[in-house]
Amino acid sequence: MTEPVLRVQNICKSFGALKASDDVSLDLYPGEIHALIGPNGAGKSTLIKQICGGLMPDSGRIEVLGRDVTTLDTVARARMGLGRTFQISSLAMEFTVLQNAVLGALGARGKAFRFFGNVMKDETLLAPARRALERVGLEEDASRRTADLSHGQRRQLEVAVALTLEPRLFLLDEPMAGLGGGGSKALTAFLDELRHEAPILLVEHDMDAVFALADRISVLVYGKVIATGTAEDIRANAEVRRAYLGEEDAA
Amino acid sequence: MGRERMFNAAMVLALVLVPLWAWMTAEPFIITLATKVAILALAGVGLNIALGLGGLISLGHAAFFGIGGYAMGILASHAQTATPLMEWPFLIEGTNQMPVIWLVAVVASALAALIIGALSLRTSGVYFIMITLAFGQMLFYFAISWSAYGGEDGLSIWVRNEFPGVNTLDPIQFLAICYVILGAVLVFAARLARSPFGLALSAARQTSERVETVGLTPFRLRLTAFVISGAITGLAGALFADLNRFISPTMLSWHTSGEIMVFVILGGVGRLYGPVVGAALYILLEHLLGGVSDYWQVFLGVLLLLIVLFARGGLIGAITGREVAHD
Amino acid sequence: MSLILIIEQILNGLQFGVMLFLMAAGLTLVFGVMGLINLAHGSLYMVGAFAAAAVAGATGSFVLALIASLAAAAAAGAIVELVVIRRLYARDHLDQVLATFALILIFSEGTRWLFGSFPLFLEVPRYLSGPVTLPGGIQYPLYRLAMIVIGLLIAAGLFWLIARTRIGIQIRAGECDREMIAALGVDISKLYTLVFALGAALAGLAGALVGAIQSVQVGMGEPVLILAFVVIVIGGIGSIKGALVGALLVGLTDTLGGVFLPRFFELFLAPASATSVGASLASMLIYILMAAVLLVRPLGLYGGRT
Repeated sequence: MTEPVLRVQNICKSFGALKASDDVSLDLYPGEIHALIGPNGAGKSTLIKQICGGLMPDSGRIEVLGRDVTTLDTVARARMGLGRTFQISSLAMEFTVLQNAVLGALGARGKAFRFFGNVMKDETLLAPARRALERVGLEEDASRRTADLSHGQRRQLEVAVALTLEPRLFLLDEPMAGLGGGGSKALTAFLDELRHEAPILLVEHDMDAVFALADRISVLVYGKVIATGTAEDIRANAEVRRAYLGEEDAA
Repeated sequence: MGRERMFNAAMVLALVLVPLWAWMTAEPFIITLATKVAILALAGVGLNIALGLGGLISLGHAAFFGIGGYAMGILASHAQTATPLMEWPFLIEGTNQMPVIWLVAVVASALAALIIGALSLRTSGVYFIMITLAFGQMLFYFAISWSAYGGEDGLSIWVRNEFPGVNTLDPIQFLAICYVILGAVLVFAARLARSPFGLALSAARQTSERVETVGLTPFRLRLTAFVISGAITGLAGALFADLNRFISPTMLSWHTSGEIMVFVILGGVGRLYGPVVGAALYILLEHLLGGVSDYWQVFLGVLLLLIVLFARGGLIGAITGREVAHD
Repeated sequence: MSLILIIEQILNGLQFGVMLFLMAAGLTLVFGVMGLINLAHGSLYMVGAFAAAAVAGATGSFVLALIASLAAAAAAGAIVELVVIRRLYARDHLDQVLATFALILIFSEGTRWLFGSFPLFLEVPRYLSGPVTLPGGIQYPLYRLAMIVIGLLIAAGLFWLIARTRIGIQIRAGECDREMIAALGVDISKLYTLVFALGAALAGLAGALVGAIQSVQVGMGEPVLILAFVVIVIGGIGSIKGALVGALLVGLTDTLGGVFLPRFFELFLAPASATSVGASLASMLIYILMAAVLLVRPLGLYGGRT
């Protein structure tokens, strides 16, 4: 069996009495989409922060591409090839759409400490930026101000910026939110292809997308992974139905 | 051509016409005022790189302005008394050559900005404001107690320093020097804003988190900007000292930091010509209101308050009708 | 150097420290509760001192002068909060810095306009003047001792106010969660005005107390303001305890450094250069202290948030 691209081993994180991550383990293999689902407050955001380097686990270990990254910061993990999107959009709102994408290309190519030359005329940055925008369907909006985009478009731009990094793995935090039916379908098709470039850890509330896309699904409840398996396994899992799908039905 | 572009073109024209007018009238007073505007604008352009582009609210830029000033004062005072700065471990003599003084001023203030920045950029928000202010004040008190270079009374330089091929004693020629430097730095600042570094720095101002996830360290971007910013303000300090042929701890006082910031704001934060317009407006107000009342700063205070509360784009924003967000 | 000198200087440091605390307490509350940086806090210190000097001049009563300093600074604080400051809570720090810098210009030049450029003098009342003999035979000015006592009493009162009273609970809640406190039915804008006026009154009182041993003049508040910032950076934003610890640290470091550093350098330098090196270094000592705290704890000794 091939080595996992991402391996999370037994991580724990507590805030006072609250166990936000309780002995969480999960992994991501090349070519797969691994979906992480769970009701609100299950500890998904805390887990993502620890994977990205924004938060240090109390115990446990995180490996990216076989290397222990537990003590590395966000920047180091990004340089290793972790491309993430944010649930709450963190784009530079004053920038144009293209500028945001160029920023990604700039970071990935380590050109940030060049003090001369017009960055918006540098073809080595513009080409990957345009290509990324094209792939998510934002090429028409390249010169718009990011603040003027709809919420769905901002999600698309988030994905485009992650693409410019040419990462080794993606961590997509609710990329479907605010997209609407058509957009959601288009992005589902896109992610379906994207997994062959780099595997995707997908946090998503859109269950249609999750069950359509995920090779494996992990269910997080009260900080614990209560089940990991294929869509079929998860659908059939009694504990999941009780803890999670039960709530959905009730709602 | 947008209004802002037209305004910028008008500014360039004004930058050319004012000295021409000053030269035609040959009124030393006007020439001196124009020189003062150019130098203070230069200090503002420096601050604007940290403040406008980097979003770093430094209330300690007087430190760099003062260090530039003291670099001039120290070197020139040793040159005029023909005593070396130090003899051991190697001989350092004073100098009255502007290019050397400028170099020393830039290097010294960049070094100070590196140290102050490395410490204060560990924090953000109000901490950063207070810490830059405090370090500025530290140098202020140090200068006061540094009796070798005049202490509280400051230090006079008898003759303006020299620049090869230029008669610096002629006000118009000294103005020309200041103008050329201001022009060069404006070009540099404009190019910096458009450069890859400018884009990354501007992104770090807007969203630190995003910059990290594309693999860039905001701290390094900000520290670099802070050093560039401090160096430019230090160069302005050296020129200001040469204009007055006098240095004193006042150059390092936090009021100076506040005033440099006011130039930037009066003109419009984050705009290339903001500091130029702001400095010109400030000097103009000083002379118009100062003629009406000794307490003209009350009116300046009220005006500044009104601009902050109701016209956040500054004067350029009010004229071009577009705001640049700066948060 | 004698033990008496050391004790005397420690008392001086304490006296300086408690006055810094009065300044820093209001500033740190305003930071913590409203998230506002107020450069004009030093102006309120000045207002207190001028009010005290004016009232003492007219009535001859020091107690009335102190009451006047509290009232005038609180009133000035409340007015400034209502007219200017409350428009700034939602603004970024840059706007706050500029607007409160503008307030300094208005206050300073306005005061110069009213009172002229010459310093006023506020006399220590007869019943507090002269030295007092402390245990161990140490002679110490009674007035300075009274300042320490008043400062410590106010510190105790402030701790009680924050820990035990309804207002204190509201202030603490306001530091944590503005919306929560509004949802609890507390009139948040009234609370803000109150906190601001309280901080102003403390600054005004400090101005009056210090005014009696220094001169009362325009700009007197600004050096103290910056020291109060150093105190807050060391103590941590929003923490009254941090303000107290930081203020005493800064007061003691500055006072003891100023006296003993030159003597220390005399041990291995010529007297003239020892004095100048010692004085230069002493003037930087508290900032070096601040830098050291920053290296170890960027959010201050008792700070948890930015």
